[in-house]
Amino acid sequence: MAVVTPAAPTAHEDDKELLISGSEAVAEALTLADLDVVTAYPIRPYDTVMQAIAKKISGGQLVAEYIVAEGEHSQFEIVKHASTVGARVFCGSSGVGWMYAMECLVVTPPLRVPMVALVGNRALDDPGAFGVEHNDALVVRDVGWLLCWIDTSQEALDTTLIAYRVAEDRRVFLPLAISADGAFLTHSQALTMVPPKSKVDQFLPRYNRGDLLLHPDNPITVAPQANEDWVIEIRRQNNEAMARAVGVIEEAYADFRRVFGRGPENPWFEEYMTDDAEVILVGMGTISLPIKVAIREMRAKGRKVGLVRLRWFRPFPTEKLVAALSKASALGIIDRDYSFGSPFGSGVVANEIRAALYNADRRPPLMSFICGLGGREVTLEDVYKATELCYAAAKAGKSDPKTHWLGVRE
Amino acid sequence: MAALICEVVYRGIFQKNLAARITRGIVLSARKSGRWGIAFGRYGDSPQRNGIPAKDFAIVADTKEELEQNMARYEPKHVDVTIAVDDTLSKGVESWAWYGLQPINRLTVPNGTLLMTSLQSFDSLLKDIHKKDAPYKLALLRAKASFSGLWVYREDHTEVRILGALARIAPAFLTLDGVCAAIREIEWGSDLKVESAKKAHERLETREVRMSEGNAEIPYSFEMPKWWEMREGVTIPAIPVGKPKESGKGYVPERNPYFKKFTTRTMRPVIDFDTCVKCTLCWIQCPDSCFDVMPDGTYDANMEACCGCGVCEAVCPVENCITMVNESVFDDNASQWEMWRKDKGAYKTWMTSKIGDKNATVRSHGFRFRGQYEKELETNLDAGGVEITACIPGENSQHKTV
Repeated sequence: MAVVTPAAPTAHEDDKELLISGSEAVAEALTLADLDVVTAYPIRPYDTVMQAIAKKISGGQLVAEYIVAEGEHSQFEIVKHASTVGARVFCGSSGVGWMYAMECLVVTPPLRVPMVALVGNRALDDPGAFGVEHNDALVVRDVGWLLCWIDTSQEALDTTLIAYRVAEDRRVFLPLAISADGAFLTHSQALTMVPPKSKVDQFLPRYNRGDLLLHPDNPITVAPQANEDWVIEIRRQNNEAMARAVGVIEEAYADFRRVFGRGPENPWFEEYMTDDAEVILVGMGTISLPIKVAIREMRAKGRKVGLVRLRWFRPFPTEKLVAALSKASALGIIDRDYSFGSPFGSGVVANEIRAALYNADRRPPLMSFICGLGGREVTLEDVYKATELCYAAAKAGKSDPKTHWLGVRE
Repeated sequence: MAALICEVVYRGIFQKNLAARITRGIVLSARKSGRWGIAFGRYGDSPQRNGIPAKDFAIVADTKEELEQNMARYEPKHVDVTIAVDDTLSKGVESWAWYGLQPINRLTVPNGTLLMTSLQSFDSLLKDIHKKDAPYKLALLRAKASFSGLWVYREDHTEVRILGALARIAPAFLTLDGVCAAIREIEWGSDLKVESAKKAHERLETREVRMSEGNAEIPYSFEMPKWWEMREGVTIPAIPVGKPKESGKGYVPERNPYFKKFTTRTMRPVIDFDTCVKCTLCWIQCPDSCFDVMPDGTYDANMEACCGCGVCEAVCPVENCITMVNESVFDDNASQWEMWRKDKGAYKTWMTSKIGDKNATVRSHGFRFRGQYEKELETNLDAGGVEITACIPGENSQHKTV
């Protein structure tokens, strides 16, 4: 079987090619999106983004308010308020910095503030560590944030533009967090196509807050005290916005392809060699790289293995994912996160997929793996081991309910 | 199989501890005859604000299952006894925006009892209490409203008098012996309080109320919007800017159309427009922006917005220009300024009668001098009435007299 190399981003005449990190790619996108207000408070690895934006402003390429807050709580509060008066805003953090902003993070969805944030995924303290884990961003998975994971600098740039298009759509008006794996993406420079502003203007309309705009000409009160007579209606509205985001995301990706001539057909997840796959591995973020390499090695030896790299975690692409996964003989879900005390002790993604498959006509045996915590390398051997366990489950015709920790000293 | 359900409608903060003691006392008293019970508050009216009506409940039942059956809802939809320990609540209850006006006897079951502490006559109270589509009993204990603060409690025996009265109203659940035994054991009980409960049991006055009796006013109500009718983003339209009153003069602010504060007051300001110096202090200091600016530059307290806090009286620099008067002596919420403009002489007579009524100008909450509580307690225990004294609360009390 021929070895398939991942397709390089399609270059167009008017694109310019830059060697930039995921963080710098986000800053390029923010410049193209004509960002209005950005707040900053340093924490690794997110700080690479705030530095890249600062450079854009000091270099005169971007005119925006750059506010250094005294902590993440204020950092997220300030952009929340700026967004209610009609500013296009950007924010971000990592690990426990994101946690410190938690009060603001939970009030942003009910206020329907289309904040776009970059989470440079980082292990939660303690121990104080800089490496990637997905638990930081996943903490807001239930409260109305749109959540996606990116894999490359190109995807960082493209997804940032798409993020504003989706979040600022009147049908959605929800905050959106783009997760980028610390170090692997935030600190790795790759060749990236940067489109011209003229194209971005075709794709991304101005932010129009409409009747929710806080302005003297539109006198409103935002976030009054409410009691049990109102809360469930407000939650119902939020739920509806999240449901509407599904269609809006598909529209945005289709339009992105039309304007820029690149981008995935399926916004929700990337499928790598899944067409004939017996075993499908599932993961989020840059973990895709060792998995893809391992898959190519295994395919050379006749093992039909594929990868589904999940881009969007909220809204969760339940039906599409079930259709893609249920055809396999076995599934291996590789979580770069943990959920202590959860069903089967599995990671968050594994249990979401278990739940999604519950009503599926065909439920392949499912193996759950926890791997690469704290930024530890996910090795090819880890992937081989996971795959072999999946084949064993396929042969046995049933799931092994145990969650396997890979790459841990034992 | 039987259960007794009681609600205590109380003034937020001022009667918070009192209401909790009453409901707790009901359960502990019924326990003496082997009943099961629960005492609870629902904070739909939260955050409790000074004077805003709130509720506590007590349910006692023969069996645990029956107790659960009555508890399996947010709060009871009907009650055997409604208890109000401030008779200004007879005008109805509006706890929160969009609640509308709820008559005090709304939850009382047919032939149930509305138990109040009051110095008013039955007829006077029935001018305020809304008509009900079923007969019920009005039971009165002769006492004034018992108010205290967030951190203090007024030991005027109101809680045990209510329990003594309940032993008369629902003897199948609360025997007098059970009530007395419970009071003796409870952490705030005493032999003196047992005596008070017994006196209340004897002295309770009860009268049947027919369907034809009561205030005929139709209580206002609001329909709450569906989720898809609500503006998104926890956003509501702001209250619009107000308008000049007449010929471009004066100013009347727009107000929340879904929250009238008529029933939140225990007292209201009565204003002498002839002595007003137009200093603006009442208008500026009012926490509820209740003052309308009149074309002549005086300020009219709009009863739709007045909470009865008394700040205007405290800040007014003119003696007797603003006087807080108990809500029970007013029959409507009409504009005082319009009354004054129409007939200044008649207004003067009306105003003088209100602010000259010493029973009605005694503060229902807060104290005006040190030692007032001890003095009132002494008088209250037997007579059910108090000496009237008026003064600025606190250290400067000796400097003001009426």
